[in-house]
Amino acid sequence: MPQVMGQALKRHEDIRLIRGRGQYTDDMTLPGMVYAEMVRSPYAHANILSVDTQAAQAMPGVLAVFTGQDTKDELGLIPTAWIPPNSDLKMTPHPALAFDTVRYVGDAVAVVIAETPYQAQDAADQVQVQYQPLQAVVHPREAVEDGRPQVHAEIDRNIAFHWTVGPDLDAVFQQAEVVVRHEFRQQRLIPNAMEPRAALAQYNNATDELTVWVTTQNPHIHRFLLSGILGIPEHKLRVVAIDVGGGFGSKIACYPDEVVASWAARKLRRAVKWTETRQENFMITSHGRDHVQEVELAGTRDGQIQAIRVKAYSNLGAYLSTAAPGVPTILFGLIINGAYDIPHASADVYGVVTNTTPVDAYRGAGRPEATYLIERMVDLYASQIQMDPVAVREKNLVKAEAFPYTNPFGLQYDSGNYQGTLKIALDMLDYPKLREEQAALRKDGKYIGIGWSTYVEMCGLGPSEVAGAVGFQGGLWESATVRVHPTGKVSVFTGASPHGQGEETTFAQIVGQELGIPVEDIEIVHGDTARISMGWGTYGSRTTAVGGGAIHLATQKVIEKAKKIAAHKLEVSESDVVFEDGMFSVAGVPNRQVSFQAVTLDAYLAWSLPEGVEPALEGTAFYDPKNFTYPFGAHVAVVSVDPDTGDIHLMRYIAVDDVGNIINPMIVEGQIHGGLVQGIGQALYEGAEYDTEGQLLTGSLLDYAVPKARFFPRFETAHTVTPSPHNPLGVKGVGETGAIASTPAIVNAVMDALHPFGIQDLPMPLTPEKVWQAIQQNQGGR
Amino acid sequence: MLTAPFEFRRASTVNEAADWLQQGTEVKLLAGGHSLLPLMKLRLAAPAMVVDISGIPELHGVIAHDGVVTVGAMTRHVEVVKNPLILAEAPLLSQTAAVIGDVQVRNRGTIGGSLCHADTAADLPAAVLALDAQMVVSGPDGVRKIPASEFFVAPFVTALGPQELLVAVEVPSMPSDAVSTYLKRPHPASGYPVIGVACWVGYGGATVRLAITGIGPTVFRAAEAEAYLAAHGLNSSSIGEAARLAAVHAPVEDDITGYKRQLVSVYVSRALQHTAKGKN
Amino acid sequence: MPEVLTTVTMTVNGQRVARSIEPRVLLVHFLREELGLTGTHVGCDTSQCGACTVLLDGEAVKACTVLAVQAHGATVTTIEGLEGTRLHPVQEGFWAKHGLQCGFCTPGAMMTAAYLLSQNPHPSEAEIREGLDGVVCRCTGYETIVRAVQHAAALMSEVSETSGAEDVD
Repeated sequence: MPQVMGQALKRHEDIRLIRGRGQYTDDMTLPGMVYAEMVRSPYAHANILSVDTQAAQAMPGVLAVFTGQDTKDELGLIPTAWIPPNSDLKMTPHPALAFDTVRYVGDAVAVVIAETPYQAQDAADQVQVQYQPLQAVVHPREAVEDGRPQVHAEIDRNIAFHWTVGPDLDAVFQQAEVVVRHEFRQQRLIPNAMEPRAALAQYNNATDELTVWVTTQNPHIHRFLLSGILGIPEHKLRVVAIDVGGGFGSKIACYPDEVVASWAARKLRRAVKWTETRQENFMITSHGRDHVQEVELAGTRDGQIQAIRVKAYSNLGAYLSTAAPGVPTILFGLIINGAYDIPHASADVYGVVTNTTPVDAYRGAGRPEATYLIERMVDLYASQIQMDPVAVREKNLVKAEAFPYTNPFGLQYDSGNYQGTLKIALDMLDYPKLREEQAALRKDGKYIGIGWSTYVEMCGLGPSEVAGAVGFQGGLWESATVRVHPTGKVSVFTGASPHGQGEETTFAQIVGQELGIPVEDIEIVHGDTARISMGWGTYGSRTTAVGGGAIHLATQKVIEKAKKIAAHKLEVSESDVVFEDGMFSVAGVPNRQVSFQAVTLDAYLAWSLPEGVEPALEGTAFYDPKNFTYPFGAHVAVVSVDPDTGDIHLMRYIAVDDVGNIINPMIVEGQIHGGLVQGIGQALYEGAEYDTEGQLLTGSLLDYAVPKARFFPRFETAHTVTPSPHNPLGVKGVGETGAIASTPAIVNAVMDALHPFGIQDLPMPLTPEKVWQAIQQNQGGR
Repeated sequence: MLTAPFEFRRASTVNEAADWLQQGTEVKLLAGGHSLLPLMKLRLAAPAMVVDISGIPELHGVIAHDGVVTVGAMTRHVEVVKNPLILAEAPLLSQTAAVIGDVQVRNRGTIGGSLCHADTAADLPAAVLALDAQMVVSGPDGVRKIPASEFFVAPFVTALGPQELLVAVEVPSMPSDAVSTYLKRPHPASGYPVIGVACWVGYGGATVRLAITGIGPTVFRAAEAEAYLAAHGLNSSSIGEAARLAAVHAPVEDDITGYKRQLVSVYVSRALQHTAKGKN
Repeated sequence: MPEVLTTVTMTVNGQRVARSIEPRVLLVHFLREELGLTGTHVGCDTSQCGACTVLLDGEAVKACTVLAVQAHGATVTTIEGLEGTRLHPVQEGFWAKHGLQCGFCTPGAMMTAAYLLSQNPHPSEAEIREGLDGVVCRCTGYETIVRAVQHAAALMSEVSETSGAEDVD
């Protein structure tokens, strides 16, 4: 039996995906299926005066047109599921179809159900809505000023919550030798998973069951929320996600669209499909980031960081989306010290509602906002005290011997060797030589820059006790059932819900290794509430750390039981049985053995089982991890800047990451690459823009630059392995590291290149025009 | 995104297409579809009738005769890129077509469709303007020719009459010593040119043509720069002055930061340097 | 306006098909809804993402920007028709080199790659990246797609009939 853990096995899921046999929600067709098309507000803020559906009702193929008046008494409001403690959070009542006020462009006011998608869209164009436009508010810091329009009548100054953590640090800052103050704008991003969202709902008249196929990262959370909103008990509601075309956080939330499709399916007793267009995806699917951060760092003249604090205005959009309040608080504020041993820290966060698309988790979710802040501040501090940014990092990184390290907010960083990854990155780069080259090039009017990011992130969410303590309205454990069939083939049922990350393969590697059976004999079943008892889904880089932990424990239960049966068969005591490579043998007598498959068959035949052992062979585990995991690493970017055009050319990118034990290095590398491109996208290309009326100016792939292949060099990756003690596999999350680490590395590199011009900071994305303009304004310093 | 309903016709001759065009203003001609269909899908255009002209034999084919290359309006970008006659007689046109959109777009989009759409941010207008091409147009009063310099009237507006259609583009052959380049700065999202400079130099440097697209309301010639270079020859110092002249005289709008003129200067300069290098 | 149906006939993945459809039906919807070939995906509405790429008379096109009536009489190859008795080298490449994650853009990316290699059997890395300009992938970061195309190119050049294509059925 060859080693399968740690091997770059080709992915099992690819067999269908490369042949066009994947089954995404929109690929499904059901008998009698009809199509839903939403009528959406063109205004960011308006009162609805009237909705005239008469003309639309008369259009060919139209079954029904429903408005907010039709649904408001039949549907519950869409809730948020994260209520950070002591934040005085106010709910933002969110009806699936607006009936009195619309609060962002795209807010749905009516739905047309028709026999074909063409007829649905034709009829939707005929729904006449009269609006009374209201003033809109878009910017998070402006929204809290007196006299601004109020998005929700019950939310004064648009402050949905105010969350603080850490002590008053005024004294520390007053006594500090050096204080660096800076304001950062974490621009709003649009996730753009390539598969637009979709929902298909079918009501079974015989059983009164509603089945909803939906693009979700967490079917059970969807079932939980839909059950409450629709008033359908959970045992009559099934949520299924077969193949999901990427999420990056944008498919966590429960949206009005799936609520309306489900409600209409029950009402009309017809299968109803709703599929988003990309244009709608830009308008209505949750956005990410969007902070204004006022940051202060205190330190000594010789490079010791003493304190970091932030006051942040986080733009949450028109309604509090499912996980939204947790993102700029728990997932951001608690880790603003980054990978550095900083004794004092505090955060003060205003969660602000505006007339914009709701904001929720987007790859990294809070941690990129924190990492950018600290990594940029370290560079600004280094520049102020005229130290090399690497020297400042070396001086302040948590030392390898300090683990487990408790950060100023009480988070316990599990394990690490931060200097180790930095050292490798320095060597790969040949840093001193590159600094010399940089100096020489500057004399020729050529500007290259080197930018560092030595990050840590918390992920693998998380223990349920902590979930409760931080106000997440759910558990964060995971379930697994490992069912061995009579012939020794295995079905694994996992509550995690991968949608592209490759766990159909990595999970099979765990089970295959532990049971000593071929991975081809193992099927990973996920994404169906009817087949999996419970689960909390895939986000926060938790799938392998938590879901994998559950699978490991369930597999161990199988082995434990099988061992009893094997001992019985071998006529020895259980303690004498050794299980290795799929064979049970008697310790010291290796030729007295019985295969796992033979034991399995015995378990099912049950002709002769040991006393007290039940027939069949399966194990179920509900695994609650001890704590988060903390992957870390050192990233460095090398860029050149063309002063004539402001163009930034990414010359090299080195990523040295430590994500604990690695189950499939090919998949891990893929996760890192994908994260890098999204993080670099934030630094250089991506940014949602609204006008003052709340109209999205970057509403399509023609305007919003999702990075393309030709923007990038080959990435240089390396890793170290420091297992996490927080879970039995010793793994850490990897899905978000690239997106978290790369953004500040790029911006630090560009600012390093621009140093001769006296430019310290520019708002992201660093478009050529911004860079050129800054150079023009600072030409004197050249 | 689905279009509004429309009546579909397939024209097999120019006359047939012209007859349908004369039925009213709500008729749109469909070539490769890469300009029209996106507008229709967003329901920004909802013509009552769509006439597919891609199958009209008269609109296809490339011929060279008497110092002129005639390119049928339905010639796809990919064909313009590879056509040996165009490559030999008017390589600037091929160089430009080679960087339109992406591979898939070039396989569908046509020269006629792109020129008639007259998007501010289109590549081909720069090439046809730099090449002094003539648009061969068929209408109720017969066939007429419109010089490229008069064809692009305003964003999305051409000199085509409502009942006219573009039959072909006549491109004068470039001189045998000509060197040309099309230098484009693609928008990171759309791939359209933020600026595109079509440039050629020939007749021993006596003729320099510079046409610039993307950055002004319509494509334009850098006439002052051309004249300066014709008088002073192409060398490193004249290139600098030509770039400056091009930027100063560029009809750009809303250039608060001066970045657009800067791009004109840099791209004219780099296009000229590239061309000058190609000469050696 | 009354719906006027028109008949289109084309050869899709080697099979001749004929349907009466509204002229406004896009080729991608014709493939997905009329023929049930759901491997071709719709990722955007502005001809940017390339998830809908198919081969039309052997050339890569975005099926969201082609009316089905424009493909009348043509030959169309979708992802379902890319493989023969064995996986196409591009499929082998994407599988071996992890050229996909969520798989949504993948059919379009593979059809584009297959076309690129039909035009240029030995592309440089820069040519591959340039050639993928009409493909948006949000998962992979593209590098593994580049490797996948290179792997496919290598497989195709080592006499494809005897290459070690794997049987997946």
